[in-house]
Amino acid sequence: MADAVLTQTADKESWFHRNQQAIAPWLFLAPGILFFAVYVIAPVFQSFNLSLYEWDGLGQAEYVGLRNYEDLYWEFADRDAFYTSMKNNVIWLLMYLLAIPAGLFIALFLNQTVRGIRLYKSLFFFPFVISQVVVGLVFTWFYDPTFGLLNAMLGFVGMGPLNVMGNEHLVTYGIIFAGLWPQTAYCMILYLTGLNAVDPEQIEAGRLDGAKGLRMLWYIILPQLRPATFIAFVVTIIGSLRSFDLISIMTGGGPFGSSRVLAYYMFEVALSEYGFRMGYGAAIAVVLFLIMMCFITYFLWSMYREERGR
Amino acid sequence: MTTFLKRTVAAIAASAALAVPASAELTGDLSIFLDTSNPAPRATMEGMIARFQEQHPELNVETTVIDREAYKTQIRNFLTANAPDVATWYAANRMKPYVDAGLFEDVSDLWAEPAIADNLASTKGAMTIDGKQWGVPYTYYQWGVYYRKDIFDELGLSEPTNWAEEKANCEKIVASGRACYTIGTKFLWTAGGWFDYLNMRTNGFDFHMQLLTGQASWESDEVKATFANWRELVDMGGFIDNHQTYSWQEALPFMVKGEAAAYLMGNFAVAPLRDAGLTDDQLDFYQFPAITEGVAMAEDAPTDTFHIPANAKNKEAAREFLRYVVSADNQTIINAGDGLGQLPVNASSAVDDDKFLNQGFEMLSSNSPGGVAQFFDRDAPAEMAKVAMEGFQEFMVKPDELDRILAKLERARGRIYK
Repeated sequence: MADAVLTQTADKESWFHRNQQAIAPWLFLAPGILFFAVYVIAPVFQSFNLSLYEWDGLGQAEYVGLRNYEDLYWEFADRDAFYTSMKNNVIWLLMYLLAIPAGLFIALFLNQTVRGIRLYKSLFFFPFVISQVVVGLVFTWFYDPTFGLLNAMLGFVGMGPLNVMGNEHLVTYGIIFAGLWPQTAYCMILYLTGLNAVDPEQIEAGRLDGAKGLRMLWYIILPQLRPATFIAFVVTIIGSLRSFDLISIMTGGGPFGSSRVLAYYMFEVALSEYGFRMGYGAAIAVVLFLIMMCFITYFLWSMYREERGR
Repeated sequence: MTTFLKRTVAAIAASAALAVPASAELTGDLSIFLDTSNPAPRATMEGMIARFQEQHPELNVETTVIDREAYKTQIRNFLTANAPDVATWYAANRMKPYVDAGLFEDVSDLWAEPAIADNLASTKGAMTIDGKQWGVPYTYYQWGVYYRKDIFDELGLSEPTNWAEEKANCEKIVASGRACYTIGTKFLWTAGGWFDYLNMRTNGFDFHMQLLTGQASWESDEVKATFANWRELVDMGGFIDNHQTYSWQEALPFMVKGEAAAYLMGNFAVAPLRDAGLTDDQLDFYQFPAITEGVAMAEDAPTDTFHIPANAKNKEAAREFLRYVVSADNQTIINAGDGLGQLPVNASSAVDDDKFLNQGFEMLSSNSPGGVAQFFDRDAPAEMAKVAMEGFQEFMVKPDELDRILAKLERARGRIYK
């Protein structure tokens, strides 16, 4: 009976009603897709296009083909600004990953039940809550060669004064160290939530089999923390590639341009006070985009694999 | 004293009001964009606009004050999209991109009027591109060496007038455990000031301008001579350590605490030095000493300006405003010590009774025969300025790298000037 009614009405129903199941998800996605296309996808192609021009943002744009990329290549070959930025990006990428083991360590340390543990947890999480600008300023004062705490501490143990922000070999590491402070807190919170989901029965079973210490961590805990580790990797790698604010606050790319990364160099060339080489900035943006694309593709692929594995 | 000052100001304002010709009454809207976002300059400019408004009650004046740094990027947008009638900016090469793009109005007609032609001759060159004038200046200030007179007295030094004296002074200062000069090169431009002076004193104003406009080589013997002079100061420990980590403000305490004896800076450094507790007995000024004999002295005197955007709507009122800005009385008021505290651009204006302003005014009007430059990053194209100033900073830290730095600048010259 019910079936008969359904088929009867279905005959009269409009195309929309018939295909409702298929259309509905697209309708819900439509606003998102629209904005993503207009504000993300289209600018990507615009950037590609702009990187083939020479334009100061005011006058006529002049088509120069691949010359911006050629200039970038020569800057790379001459070990000029572009080379420094690339090199620093790699250093950032590798060093920033230290936030993951550090975050794990703190999370394991804090994953216990003592009086007031919530307070300690929030204190450890605190650096992630304050603005990157504040982090940058605090560390700039910390590193200050004349009045800073770092040199006071070094002097205590009889080591010479160190101008971290003024030394072209140390400056990038100094900034990364400042960046690790909030990033470690971020990884810590990811692992803390992950640790809540660890199955106590498996730990019990492991104990019975005689696993403890590092073996317990490596074979029992870490495999269960895989989702948390994955997210920690994603946010840390992306965070390292867009490391801009700290550099801008702490050094402004200096001394003599030795702490630039691609994102900062792009800003400097295209948008800063002495910049306005829009095409060149776009070319740098394209290079940065391609590098990021490698990671994003890898993440998407491994996520896809994981979904299928289930 | 204050009442006297007030009365004088009132009298000046009244006479200014009387002096205004009974021209056709201005109507409509006049929108003014300012980059004078610091409290004192902001109040000064708003006061000036209020006085202008009083003279033209029918005119609806709207003032927008934009943060000084943000202004530098926003100007590109608002000149093309939503132009005000009057906007502030800087003279010389800094205005060239906008002149070339046809975004500034040609105001040569104003400069032809006797009131401006006779009184503003000294800054005309800085406002001229392609034989036309593109705006009017409203203030400028001298650069030079501000030094601790008490330290000089203690060591028995006098103001140097040539390079040998300068080096002899510096050696004595270094021997007393101090640095000769404080400087903070984190934001690069302070090193540009040093290069300006060393190069203008070593090779003269004309060569300096050739270099900055791309007609001379960075690897030439002249430039190398400039750096050789610079290196003498660097090698003897003339500059404070770790200057690459400090901004110009962060370099001030070294002078206040007496760890450095002098500062090559613009006149704007005087106010913070006084605020930090240095009295006028402790603080003095001298003109940067001569280096090559026979080279005419030339000075840096950055000029801030008003322009009419080409897309302005009320250009008639805008021109009247520009006339008012440069008028002798207004120049006296806005550049006084309680205003901008700088030098008036109008030759008929009075310079405020301030030790440093008077010295600066005298230096610029009688002892700068070589010419007046704007400043390194205003005379050179922005891109070149950036690369070069970065090179200066690197040179001051690692003077042995000079050849590599100059080769880099020469490559940049080949790319930037076409």
